[in-house]
Parts: sequence; C-alpha cells; structure tokens
Amino acid sequence: MAIRFGRPAWASNTPNEPPKSPWGGGGNGAGDDASGGGKGAGDGKGGSGGGGPRNPWSLPPGGPRRGAGGGGGGFDDLFRRARRGGGFPPGIPFGPQVWWLIAGGLLLLWIALTTVHSIGTQERGVVTTFGRYSTTLEPGWSVTFPAPISSVTVINIQNVREENFPDGSGENLMITGDQNIVDLAFQVRWDISNAPDFAFQIKDPKATVRAVAESAMRAAVSRASLNETIGSGRTTIEAQVQLQMQQILDEYNSGIHVLGVAISKAAAPQQVDEAFKDVTAAQQDAQGLRNTANAYAQQVLANAEGDAAEFDKIYEQYKLAPEVTRRRIYYETMENVLSRTDKVIVEAPGVTPYLPLPAVKRREAEPDIEVQGKRPGATK
Amino acid sequence: MSATWFRGPIAWAIAAIVVLLGALSFFVVVPETEQAVILRMRKPIATINAYQPGEQFGRTGAGVVFRIPFFDQVIMIDKRVLDIELTNQPVLSTDQLRLEVDAYARFRVVDPLRMYQTAISEKRVGEQLTPLFASALRNELGKRTFAALLSPERGQVMDNIQNALQKLASQYGVQIVDVRIKHADLPSGSPLDSAYARMRTARGQEAATIRAQGQKDATIIRANASAQAAKIYADSFGKDPEFYNFFRAMKSYQITFLNQAQDKGQTQIILSPNNSYLQQFINPR
Repeated sequence: MAIRFGRPAWASNTPNEPPKSPWGGGGNGAGDDASGGGKGAGDGKGGSGGGGPRNPWSLPPGGPRRGAGGGGGGFDDLFRRARRGGGFPPGIPFGPQVWWLIAGGLLLLWIALTTVHSIGTQERGVVTTFGRYSTTLEPGWSVTFPAPISSVTVINIQNVREENFPDGSGENLMITGDQNIVDLAFQVRWDISNAPDFAFQIKDPKATVRAVAESAMRAAVSRASLNETIGSGRTTIEAQVQLQMQQILDEYNSGIHVLGVAISKAAAPQQVDEAFKDVTAAQQDAQGLRNTANAYAQQVLANAEGDAAEFDKIYEQYKLAPEVTRRRIYYETMENVLSRTDKVIVEAPGVTPYLPLPAVKRREAEPDIEVQGKRPGATK
Repeated sequence: MSATWFRGPIAWAIAAIVVLLGALSFFVVVPETEQAVILRMRKPIATINAYQPGEQFGRTGAGVVFRIPFFDQVIMIDKRVLDIELTNQPVLSTDQLRLEVDAYARFRVVDPLRMYQTAISEKRVGEQLTPLFASALRNELGKRTFAALLSPERGQVMDNIQNALQKLASQYGVQIVDVRIKHADLPSGSPLDSAYARMRTARGQEAATIRAQGQKDATIIRANASAQAAKIYADSFGKDPEFYNFFRAMKSYQITFLNQAQDKGQTQIILSPNNSYLQQFINPR
C-alpha cells in the first residue's frame, strides 16, 4: 500500500516543478489518483496530494517532497532508500523471503541456545518438561527440548554455603539449662544433597536453614549448663545441633545436607564478664596458696629428715662407746660455748663478783644466762 | 500489489502470534512447585497436582492442563513448604516470668480447594494462621514454668503447639509440618539485668568457694607436713630418749650461746667451781 502510494509522488516530485502547477502531475496519473487520493486521505497523508495544490502560495519548491517524506511514514522512505542505496540489488525482490530467513535464523539460534546445556562439575540441572520434573542433568553437555517445552534450573550443589550467627557483629544471647545467659556465635555449613527436592520442596531454603539452625542450637544450649556451653561441652553441642538440623531438614524433604556446625565463640555476656574473670583469678589465688603450703611442707620435711638422719648417725656411734662419746660431745660443746663467751668463775662462797657486763651498756633488757653446774644428762 | 501486502511478513507474524496465543490459552502449565484449582464458570471442577505425601517428582500431577478460555479459571497455589514467623511474642510463664519468644511454623497446603475457598491465597492463609499460632503458643507456654522450656520438655511443648495449631489449620486445608521455638529469651531491661546480677553473684560465690578451698588445702598440706615431720622425729629420737635429751641440749647450748647476731644479746657466764665442766680443773682425778 505504502509502496504503491509513494511511487507516483516520488516520480512527480523529483523534477521540482514550481508550486503553481502541481495539478499537472496529478493530471498525469488521473487513473491512479482516484484510488490514491482516497487512500491518502484515509491515511492522513493527504498533504502530498490534496493539501499542496489547494494552497500553492504557501508551498516552497521542495514542499511537496517534504510532505511526501513526512506524511508517507518511515516505511515508505525506508523501502525507497533500500532500493536506491543498494542494500539489495534491484533485481532481487525484497520481500517475505528475507523475513522468513531472519525468522528461521532466530528460531535456530533460539533452539541451539536452549537445547544444549553445559553443566559444571559442581552443578546439576533440574529439567522440567511442561512444568513436570523429568530428569536431572549430570555434569557435562546435555541436550533437552527447547525452551518453552523444557526448562532447566542449574543448581550448584557442592558449593558450601555458610550461615553465620549472629548475622554480623553483636551479641547472640541464649539461655542455658541452668538459666544463665551465654553469648554464643556459631557457623553452619551446608550444601545440597538432592537438587530436585531443593528446587521444589522449600520456598526459601536459606531462611529455612537459618531458622532450623537457630532453633536447634537454642534447644541444645537449653539442655546444657553454662559451664558445659563455655567449656567442655562444645563439641557435644555441635554434634547435637548438626544431627538435629539434619533430622528437621529431612522431615521437610529439603534436599539440604548439613556439613557441620562450629561454635566460634561461647562466652559470658559482656555485663558479667568481670565476675567470670574473678573466678579465674580465684583459681589462680587458690593454686598460689597451695603452692606456698607445699613449699613449706617440703621444707619442714627436709628439716626433719635431716635432723633425724644426723641423730641416727651419731647415735650409731654413741652406741659403740656411750661414755666416751658423751664426754667428747660435752667437752666439745663446752669448749665451743665457753671459748667465745665472757666467763667468770666464782670460787669462794660469799664473794660478790664484779660483773663487767659490757652487754649491760648495750642492752639491758636481755637477762643473762647462767649455767649452773649440773651434770649433763642429769635432767632426765 | 494488494496481494503482496497480505503476504507481507508483518501480517504473517501478527497472525502467527494471534493463533499461537489463542492455542496457548487452551493450555496451562502447572509446575512442580504449584498446585492448581480449576474453576469452570466459577464452580470448582478439579484440582491439579495436589500434594500427596511421599510422591516422587516426575510422577506428580504437574504438567500441561487443558482449559477452556474465558470459562475456566486456573488458580495457582504454592505447593512447597511455607513458613510463618512470630517474633518477640511476650509470654508469661506459670512462675510469672516474662519471656520473649520467637517461633516459626512450617506449613504446606494439602487441600488447595479448601484453602482457596477459605482464604483465596496462600499469603492470606499465612496471615490468618499467624494470630492462631500466637494464641496456641501463648496458651501452651502459659501452662509451663520457665524451667520447662529449658529442658527436654521443650520438644513436648512444641509438639503440643503443633497439635493445637493443626486443629485450626485443617479448616484451611493446611498441614502444619513443624513448629519450633527459636528464641525464648528474657526481655531486656530489669528481667535481663536481674539475671545478670544473679549470674554475677553466682560467680562471686564460686570465686569465694575456690579461694576458701585453696586456703583449706594449704592448711591441710602444712598440717600433714608437720605431722609427718613429728613422726620422723619420734621414730628417730625414740630409739634413745635419754641420749636425745643430752644431744639436743648440746645443740641447744651452741645455738643459744653462740648466736652473735645483731639483735641477740651477748652472753656472760658465771661458773660455779662445782660445775661438772670444771671438775677436772678443781679436782683432777
């Protein structure tokens, strides 16, 4: 239609006739014009055929041509230009065949792109045909029906996902079995054991894993005491949580596999940290007291053993010659004592001795000690 | 010319698309993740791909469904496990402890027709179940002590909530898959502070006990050592008490009289001639 209408306009306008005699052109194609004019009016393109001639004074020399171009629409122009510019040789008709070629090419491309699927080693492709699950693609290149018929969801099943609790920083407080509060941070690692289940069973798998982990961890902590949670019981709790998470997720048929649970931090909350540190300090203090006592004990025992050994050795000798040994020891001791002390011997009874006590000048408080003439050993 | 136009590519394409759309409107694809209710002239005639326990993917009702355009309406309802969450629900336990509880329920639409009739969409089912869930939770937890939540009874509590909720959820064609308590925490403010205070005093008690225990151990260690030393002395000296007396006296004289340290006094000795040391001096035998 556009082509048919455009051609006469083109032919008549190229000579660039003066605006006064546009009807000459119109008169030439009278046979065509009857239909052309009608169509033109209907299409709103009357500017070239009707409007121009009626108001000749207002039209510049190029007016009709411009009118034809503008009014004729992009298609008209496009076809003309294609023909003139040599996009196609003039001999070959430009028409449906080309469009068929383009459409066919696009279709082939579409099919090629949507039938061949490249699945990586970590991935599985879940194939649904008309919405129904048909198969799971293993790693490698696979062929399915093209797109609207089959659709493939590629799921990376071996990629280890990590969920951290708490998400970000801050405290994650939980109540332990003995009604204490513990600040616990942990991590859950999971991957996918069953791709179709993962794709079809759970609406939001990640949120599900998080909720299940939170619930299982709090359940496990609520069965343990604070000391177990902070100290020795960690591995038990981790194992319990992993087991329970897996159990719950299996109940949901989620196709999720829990690889592991790791408690990264289990400590007393900030507010009571000082009190907890004091317990550690008390343990150190108590150990310190024990150490001092042990040192003292070692000393006392060593002294006792030394004294006893000394006595035993001497007693052995004493038994061989009691009288002589006793005398010897007595004299040696007296020698030792008297040779290095000031001594006065008072012979006559009633003589008051002069006591040159140098010690009195220095120290009066200390009473002097007298050794009265007693036989050694006579006391008992 | 007119004939060429009608054979033109655009017209063909439009025609093809119209025909294709027309044909496609006879069919609906129900994916594995959805179940469908078909209404013919607003009257339900069938449910497609409704949930069956233990079914295998590939053998479900999912797939292409025929329908008559304009007369049939296909309602899609999610077939997967969905969830409702409750956050920060205040609960009062029987021992008058205020708790803040987070819980979730997982559910699945098992009777899509009933669900459609009662709630239209699965989203609205969730909205309607949430208050029911909250009241079931409060009822059950209100019957328990706080300590029960921190014990193996917790599992029983959750089962009871699930059963209570299931009774209500059945009206919506919904199966409750699981109910779990996520948090059961003391609300911040005075309850939490008093819990901290209790923990602090408990630790203080522990620290004091540890210190006292250390003191006790130290005293016992010293006493044991003294006792053992006494035994060693007794064993050794008991062989001849008389000689011990002499020997120890000698040792004692040396220590007492010969110690010339700064703070000890100097020793003066006044001897009587009768002294046994001077015996030979006075009267040699």
